[in-house]
Amino acid sequence: MSETNSISGNKGLQIEEKLIFELGNPGCIGVDLPEPGPVDLDRMGGVRKREPFGLPDLSEPQVVRHYTRLSQKNYGIDTGFYPLGSCTMKHNPRLSEKVARLPGLADLHPFQPQKTVQGALEVIDGLAHWLKELTGMPAVAMSPAAGAHGEWCGLMAIRSAHEDKGEGHRRRVLVPESAHGTNPASAAMCGYTVDPIPAKDNGRVDLDALKAKLGPDVACLMLTNPNTCGLFESEIIEIAKAIHGAGAYFYCDGANFNAIVGRVKVADLGIDCMHINLHKTFSTPHGGGGPGAGPTVLSDALADYAPVPYVVHGKNGLELVEGPREGAKPFGRVKGYHGQFGVFVRALAYILSMGSDGLRQASSDAVLNANYLQARLSDVLSASFEGPCMHEALFDDRFLKDSGVTTLDFAKALIDEGYHPMTMYFPLVVHGALLMEPTETESKDTLDQFIAVVRGLAAKAKAGAAEEFKSAPRNTPRRRLDETLAARTPVLRWKAGSNQ
Amino acid sequence: MSDMRFTKDHEWIKVEGDTGTVGISDYAQHALGDVVFVEVPEPGRKLAKGDEAAVVESVKAASEVYSPVSGTVIKGNAAIVDQPGLVNEAAEGGAWFFTIKLSNAAELSELMDRAAYDAYLKTLE
Amino acid sequence: MRYLPLTDSDRRAMLADIGAKDVDALFKDVPAAARLTEALPLPRHQGELEVERAFTRMAGKNLSAGCAPFFIGAGVYRHHIPAALDQLLMRGEFLTAYTPYQPEVSQGTLQVLFEFQTQVAMITGMDVANASMYDGATACAEAAVMACRVTKRNKVLLSGSLHPHYAETTETSLRYTEMEAELLPPDPLGFEDLLGRVDSQTACVIVQNPGFFGGVRDLRSLAAICHEAGALLVVLVAEPTSLGLFESPGAMGADIVVCEGQSLGMGMNFGGPGLGLFATRDKFVRQMPGRLAGQTVDVDGKRGWVLTLSTREQHIRREKATSNICTNSGLCALAFSIHLTLLGGTGFAKLAELNHAKAVQLEQKLSKVKGLRVLPQSYYNEFAVHLGDEVKAAEVVDALADKGILAGVAASRFYPTWPELAPVLILAATETNTEDDMDRLVAALKEVV
Repeated sequence: MSETNSISGNKGLQIEEKLIFELGNPGCIGVDLPEPGPVDLDRMGGVRKREPFGLPDLSEPQVVRHYTRLSQKNYGIDTGFYPLGSCTMKHNPRLSEKVARLPGLADLHPFQPQKTVQGALEVIDGLAHWLKELTGMPAVAMSPAAGAHGEWCGLMAIRSAHEDKGEGHRRRVLVPESAHGTNPASAAMCGYTVDPIPAKDNGRVDLDALKAKLGPDVACLMLTNPNTCGLFESEIIEIAKAIHGAGAYFYCDGANFNAIVGRVKVADLGIDCMHINLHKTFSTPHGGGGPGAGPTVLSDALADYAPVPYVVHGKNGLELVEGPREGAKPFGRVKGYHGQFGVFVRALAYILSMGSDGLRQASSDAVLNANYLQARLSDVLSASFEGPCMHEALFDDRFLKDSGVTTLDFAKALIDEGYHPMTMYFPLVVHGALLMEPTETESKDTLDQFIAVVRGLAAKAKAGAAEEFKSAPRNTPRRRLDETLAARTPVLRWKAGSNQ
Repeated sequence: MSDMRFTKDHEWIKVEGDTGTVGISDYAQHALGDVVFVEVPEPGRKLAKGDEAAVVESVKAASEVYSPVSGTVIKGNAAIVDQPGLVNEAAEGGAWFFTIKLSNAAELSELMDRAAYDAYLKTLE
Repeated sequence: MRYLPLTDSDRRAMLADIGAKDVDALFKDVPAAARLTEALPLPRHQGELEVERAFTRMAGKNLSAGCAPFFIGAGVYRHHIPAALDQLLMRGEFLTAYTPYQPEVSQGTLQVLFEFQTQVAMITGMDVANASMYDGATACAEAAVMACRVTKRNKVLLSGSLHPHYAETTETSLRYTEMEAELLPPDPLGFEDLLGRVDSQTACVIVQNPGFFGGVRDLRSLAAICHEAGALLVVLVAEPTSLGLFESPGAMGADIVVCEGQSLGMGMNFGGPGLGLFATRDKFVRQMPGRLAGQTVDVDGKRGWVLTLSTREQHIRREKATSNICTNSGLCALAFSIHLTLLGGTGFAKLAELNHAKAVQLEQKLSKVKGLRVLPQSYYNEFAVHLGDEVKAAEVVDALADKGILAGVAASRFYPTWPELAPVLILAATETNTEDDMDRLVAALKEVV
């Protein structure tokens, strides 16, 4: 078996593609514009640009081909199975894309008179209604732009409530060691210090250790539930009682809400606030890293502190409240305009498509799929915890002991098999973590094929094929990349004549 | 090398007169992996024992270097700032982080000698 | 249900393999008191036809910008989006990918981000840009925090030229920290004195150019004053197409440039999602928030891209991270980048000239409206006008909306407690405005003013 290099460097459908800055051809243009006529220099304040930008000129066909080729170097959910734990890579319905492009929703300005945007306010209000009903919570702050932003929003509401009660001295936030990094980072942005709490051997919060950490300076607990190990915090009601008993609030990181939609109302768990990642639970596209949306549901104790803007039912229909209002004590504003409206449209389209029955079925199937992976792989991999998992199955690297293969190598070998790897090395509480989240939109057939591949790879690793793993992936547009070089000598942009 | 003393956070210090040279242990550089970035303290900075004095980063980890003793920074090691990879090559030698004028030599007795540090590392396995 | 591939027989077979009686058994860790036994009493699932009908109904209640003479700006601008752009954006490999954590199967997204970072650095005149923030407002707040980190100072001076949402978001972000924001009054005429307010405690001055009321200014003297005092100059650009015509903030001495990128590649979408652009000098790169794509090589020596300098970020640095941001605006960055690539250097400059020419044309036509005066001396594609002492701009906007004209935004929407701003209307003109639009606006204004 010999591999011959092509003259072009291309491999069939894998076509090498230069940077746009290396493609330009002065004189080309991709957008025809009318001639502007002479520019009135008097009106420009004497700061007209003189130097060229260095931006390349390309025609439309060149541009279309460039981005099409780049897209072919990417793995998406549309490409195949994407069991990236804690990220909820489920199918993105195309109906959501279609309705989000209706001119009556897309071609609206946020500062149009409110009587001209009643339908848009209905979208926001309608989604808010569903989010409140699904969580059992009385209020929701719609504007946070992503999960981490929602965390910060919830913590700002908590801090404001404490300040209002004369308890601004509460500055300590309890965060489990297994938490996403965003939790401690969001806490720090509210002027809080972070106090880690340990987990028990069963992967859940150690309630006694938590109680021992409570005190008059504790502002809140931030707990992900289901947690980052894919487990439901079975003592959550006792945890909530202990937190409230100490005069603190209970923040729930709702990154994993997709496991329990329609099966649990978080209000029944004693939670004071929780953000919801619309781009996870309600299936809006991740887009290579956003945009997301992180509406944050709030309990009665925190509702008055919700940031502006928000929608209310007024005498002239729906009203958008952008400033002071009687009874409300908004802690401020978290971003420009009225939230991630385009994401709201997509999430609401998904919710209306699924309905209450479909949403409950989705969380059931997500949990079933994860448990199926866990059950079918536990004899060859090493499951970190016993008992059923929720929407994701966590394994550690004990099964690779003495094989010379690491979690990273194992993940890279999966790429050669045509899969996007699982989440690696997170959560930090188990060694060499492999976190698999299949989601409900995968068929049994897909899971069975994946299981067969993982079993095969595990057998290979144990049989001493370490070298094969170390050299994976081999079939990708690029093979393992030198991250040390990238960090030691950062090249963060193209410059004329310097990159090749 | 036998006069080196170690902290539980994997710093080492070697003292001549009232001047200490501080670095991270070979165990620490190994645990970090390829070091890609180092920040060292400015001369004249006053440090208490346990203060954050320097930063060392690999691709996937960032760690503070704490001062093993109290004192005043004499100078940082510019060579490892320019070439962070030196830390991987000579953590307990030429890739020291900073020198410090000790203000309380008695603090040295609270640190581990080589044998004690090796025994401590065994407990981490 | 069309998004759920499991059949009942699949489910039974899988439960048998798991050794569970039913799905409920998998939820046994949920406290019994909190378990819902059946679907919530909410509407049940619907087909595409029904859902599309519901959205068409809601869309029909709105007056979309394309159906009216439209002159609203104030931070969100209506521009023409090339048809090729949306087609490329819809490619599933871009649309349905996650953050590029596995670089070998994410070279598409990573190369796009590297190109995006380069484009942003080029048009802002800066050394380096990140892979995006949520929007202009949050990027502005992040710039304030970064400036405090860099200068080890706590005072942030916010110009009255700043978009009120950016100012509010920044004030909110600093509210429970050691940092303080001082906000200057709204500045429709561009008379504010920033130079005299910079002192040895100032971490940064944040100024918007063109300003919220449209004014364009030369920032070189302000940059010099800031640098003399050891403070940073943060320049905010709410309308990035303006960079095609005006001297870049970097060339005028900015240390951090933040922009709202919505103007390029994205529709208005009722204000969200936006796209935060964030650029700075090389020397500050490790203090920067947000993701960065960087160039490297693979094991075969081929050029490729990875996410880099990640130790600044929350997943590694946790409470010591430069920001809590994780998900950003990846797809919006792609849209921005494609639009800028289609325009190229030539088209970008031409688009800017066209926008400015439209605004000049609008000013000329507005001169026929008695009592109306344009406030800023210089502008790009937007300016505030004073409608006359007795006129309330909010009422004019309302009356014109009834005539099917979206005639800008009243300053009082943002500054309800400033009576002197009640007659101020902010109007924008872009390449999408026709002469007929302008004539209809002017005619309607003549009737009500």
